[in-house]
Amino acid sequence: MSRKVIMTQDDIRRTLARIAHEIIERNKVIEHLLLVGMHTRGVPLAKRLATDIEDFAKLKIPVGALDISLYRDDLSSLELQPTVKSTDIPVSVDGKSIVLVDDVLYTGRSIRAAMDALIDLGRPRSIQLAVLIDRGHRELPIRADYVGKNMPSSRHEEIQVKLQESDGVDEVAIISTPEVKEGQ
Amino acid sequence: MRTTQQIKPMAPKPTSIWQHHHILDVDDFTREEIELVFQTTQAMKEVLSRPIKRVPALRGKTLITLFYEPSTRTRLSFELAAKNLGADAASLSAPASSVAKGESLIDTLSTLQALGADIVVMRHPQSGAPYIAAKYVEASIVNAGDGWHAHPTQALLDLYTIHEHKGNFKGLKAVLIGDITHSRVARSNIWGLTTMGAEVTLCCPPTLLPAGLGEQHHHFPLVSIEHDIELALDGADVVMALRLQLERQQSGLLPSIREYIQLYQLTEARLARAKPDALVLHPGPVNEGIEIASAVAHGPQSVINEQVTNGVAVRMALLYILAGSQKQ
Repeated sequence: MSRKVIMTQDDIRRTLARIAHEIIERNKVIEHLLLVGMHTRGVPLAKRLATDIEDFAKLKIPVGALDISLYRDDLSSLELQPTVKSTDIPVSVDGKSIVLVDDVLYTGRSIRAAMDALIDLGRPRSIQLAVLIDRGHRELPIRADYVGKNMPSSRHEEIQVKLQESDGVDEVAIISTPEVKEGQ
Repeated sequence: MRTTQQIKPMAPKPTSIWQHHHILDVDDFTREEIELVFQTTQAMKEVLSRPIKRVPALRGKTLITLFYEPSTRTRLSFELAAKNLGADAASLSAPASSVAKGESLIDTLSTLQALGADIVVMRHPQSGAPYIAAKYVEASIVNAGDGWHAHPTQALLDLYTIHEHKGNFKGLKAVLIGDITHSRVARSNIWGLTTMGAEVTLCCPPTLLPAGLGEQHHHFPLVSIEHDIELALDGADVVMALRLQLERQQSGLLPSIREYIQLYQLTEARLARAKPDALVLHPGPVNEGIEIASAVAHGPQSVINEQVTNGVAVRMALLYILAGSQKQ
């Protein structure tokens, strides 16, 4: 098993700042913006992006948290009993330009579930996707609007994202294991 | 297309907190499992607060309610819970089915199994009937009340309601008043409350105290008995009034209903002995003016309606957790 760091704390900070600028550039009316982080690590990433956007554009953006457990298509094949965390979106999604935030984009199934979950809450103006890492291997026609780093990977490898808020350190690493692992 | 062959007897996942394929009683629940139910219920309450109260988590699952005794809120809340999660729900009432023609419990259950039930919610007048059912079917059995024995989902919704108001259970004083002997709600609550660390005082006429819970019992170190209602209520945090099962009072256990009211009715004056922020619970249906005064049942400390609302969310949580523990 080998572990290689592909993003340091500085890399993550710079990358999020760049994505924040891109979000401002793409969304002319930033009053319509709503950032929604996906549990677990998308939530702190969304909060950091909101702080950056507030710094650059001098406007406070609402941030929500989304749990997709109830929308997954693999409940019966999961190894671990899923713990459902609470979805908490502070404003109505109607008419909002939502930026969905997650740490790693892989098969696209979580994003499919997240879109279903958001659309159940109302009718957003649009949904965009921001991810820290895009590791490829999509199983659905889904792409990200904002990508921190493209990291072509093999299915045997694991992308490990650690964040200060949940893991005490900011770091992205790629771990190669010899045995084949299914899923993420 | 589903075939029954695909549904294998499912071992609980070894790494999970949750260790149950059936929900028969809370006597074998750990504190961690009850906390998992609380956490999941919280998420289900968020779903219930939405304009469209529906998620697809249990799409393709079938829940059948099989009731050999009448019920209003339990049956309805299970059916609503299943539908809110996208499952299919169907119901079978014993008097209106082949049961009336003499079909045995086991035969009825194998029919439900053959019809593709993943979860069977069952109420039966015989204590222990769901345990027999669990031996014969691969579907998950949920006990919705068996005889005098257990009513686990009611206890879990009572616990959740208390948890919402009081947070931690450690050191809470809970008083259960009334017909303990005939109350499956009381039995399941005694298990649940003591597992969570609450102290339980049982208050009832000596004739309505179950054998084995007399003064010398030592199975439940956190349970005490107090026949005087005013002493029992002193400093209580949680007061649970139990329905006096009038249909079961023919056997001379009480001299008269009037005497029972005088000695054991939860009145405003008696409730004043409890802490000012004490909660009043009742599993329903309420005999107003018998075990509880109307003013208390509808008073500011009563959470009886919250119990009913939480019942749907708790049952959604339990169905979701059960489905997650079933492997395809």
